[in-house]
Amino acid sequence: MNPANYLYLAALLFTIGAAGVLIRRNAIVVFMCVELMLNACNLAFVTFSRMHGNLDGQVIAFFTMVVAAAEVVVGLAIIVSIFRSRHSASVDDANLMKL
Amino acid sequence: MMSALSALSPATVSLAAETTRTSTGEAVQFWVLGTVAVLGALATVLMKKSVHSALSLAATMIVLAVFYLAQGAYFLGIVQIVVYTGAIMMLFLFVVMLVGITAADSLKETLKGQRWMAAGCGIGFGILLIAGIGNASLDTFAGSGQANSGGNVQGLARLVFTTYVWAFEITGALLITAAVGAMVLTHRERTEERRTQRELSQARVRDGVQVTPLPAPGTYARHNAVDIPALLPDGSSSELSVNSTLRARGQVRDVAADAMRRLAALDQSAGEWLGRKGLRDKGLESSESSAADRAEEGAK
Repeated sequence: MNPANYLYLAALLFTIGAAGVLIRRNAIVVFMCVELMLNACNLAFVTFSRMHGNLDGQVIAFFTMVVAAAEVVVGLAIIVSIFRSRHSASVDDANLMKL
Repeated sequence: MMSALSALSPATVSLAAETTRTSTGEAVQFWVLGTVAVLGALATVLMKKSVHSALSLAATMIVLAVFYLAQGAYFLGIVQIVVYTGAIMMLFLFVVMLVGITAADSLKETLKGQRWMAAGCGIGFGILLIAGIGNASLDTFAGSGQANSGGNVQGLARLVFTTYVWAFEITGALLITAAVGAMVLTHRERTEERRTQRELSQARVRDGVQVTPLPAPGTYARHNAVDIPALLPDGSSSELSVNSTLRARGQVRDVAADAMRRLAALDQSAGEWLGRKGLRDKGLESSESSAADRAEEGAK
């Protein structure tokens, strides 16, 4: 097996995540799909790190994980506060900036 | 530790060599677990309930952690399990519990045919991406053995604290900001004064709808579960004693009619045994019909 297959898998997972962001209406599931895309990028980074024989790709993947953790915390807080004011987690209902 | 690992198992030796092919073991692992990862990703998108989506995504993330370990990114593999499946997915599950599992997708489409167009765009994007990777010349893989020679964690630490130290510092600021932001976003300020018990009781008397407390569920019924309405003195069930949510869902277990029927049957058998057939029959008929009427009224 060519190690480049990891890149194909990463591309496939990224595509599935992107399609999920466009298709789903539930804000939590949309957020999970964004996480899936970030994970696919991390897999690509790790594979590139192996391809080039240095650790820079792994460092970037590590930073991606930190940023993803921060993003999840803030995003889920936004979802919870929107749910409190609108009683809905659908992205279609959040069409106004204010209540 | 990593040098000891590579000395122990021959599979990790292949990571060191410059190669275009992986070992057979890694190939088998890739095809088996890669299938699981793709199925998990598809389930994340397609599952109706968000809890199922979250669990599928957790499965995909664990598979990715195994892939990191297989490619020599030992630190990232462990961090993936600890941070992603351990922390982030649990956070997702907490929010799913807060928001409510039953919060399903609305099937009403704001833009007509948007889902099919999105799926088409996704397929086209995937074809473009995979064709791009297919056209790239990815023949030589240096392998991570050379980079991991001084230990994976030590190598990462050297890079993080030298080349990427500025990004690392910024990351600390980002995490602090995120934590404060989450607290600010979920903190709820009370906009009006909290109503005291005296004000609440005064409002109840002024409205005059229900001055006394509501009857407790299950009073004079067989047991005091919340879905069993209390029985009124005439044997019919009290609407007020059951939560309105349960009533709306139709999950109220009405024992009044059942108890009345059993009482009537007992009465009848006792009457037969005592030989008071003609006398009791009329009274029994009337009491049974009135009980059925009352049960119907209660159901309404």
